[in-house]
Amino acid sequence: MGGLQVPLEHVQILAAILFSMGMLGLMLRRNIIFMLMSLEVMLNAAALAFIAAGARWGHADGQVIFLLILSVAAAEVAVGLGLVLQVQRHFKTLDMDAARRLRG
Amino acid sequence: MTVWLFYIASVIALSATGLALTRSNAAHALIYLIVSLLAVAVLFFLMGAPFAAALEIVIYAGAIMVLFVFVIMMLNLGQEGEERERQWLSPRFWVVPGIMTALLLLELLLALRGSEALTSGFAVSPKEVGLALFGPYVLAVEIASMLLLAGLVGAYHLGRRFLVRGGQH
Repeated sequence: MGGLQVPLEHVQILAAILFSMGMLGLMLRRNIIFMLMSLEVMLNAAALAFIAAGARWGHADGQVIFLLILSVAAAEVAVGLGLVLQVQRHFKTLDMDAARRLRG
Repeated sequence: MTVWLFYIASVIALSATGLALTRSNAAHALIYLIVSLLAVAVLFFLMGAPFAAALEIVIYAGAIMVLFVFVIMMLNLGQEGEERERQWLSPRFWVVPGIMTALLLLELLLALRGSEALTSGFAVSPKEVGLALFGPYVLAVEIASMLLLAGLVGAYHLGRRFLVRGGQH
């Protein structure tokens, strides 16, 4: 099956709105789990922009960059969730303001 | 006709993301986030990237979200955690981040305005992606593998301390 012909501008606007939502969530939430989720949303929006750019010229490069973003997201989530467990054990809360001094 | 599928999936992605980032219960937020990722996978498929769509479902909605589910279940935040989240989400905290994000989004939309281009309408097969991945991009693949190894070692280190000390108490 082939792809659809949609205006590239609309896909880019969608990616921009998704990225802004992720950024708003990152600034708004104080729970570290929600901050990690917002980071996922932002990475996903960037991946959407790359896929759209790859689909614009019918090249595979957009999907290659998507794979790289995917591995970055996987590594980031693995380390981030390990940190969540440590923060919960040290401070008995997931509030990031409690962990701002960076000293265990 | 099928162009409408694209816009329906876009609306689902936007609304599910908005709901996910404003929930006070982490498990509910996670389910909305999975719906959002599935909608984005539909967008990838419609734009002619079937391999990326499959990976979005398998790795994002499958593997990464399951990690979140494990951590949320391990921590077991419960009722008082939900109350505290609702307190932190009160409207007065929205003003400054909302204004800053809205301004940045406005600038981004102004910068993106005015292009008339359409996407090509041709699907890029997994074979072409694989050829590009192990041809010109092979160095990037090696770097990604090292990044994943570093992530593995870091997660093992952080998680191991949690398990050992957790067993003592």
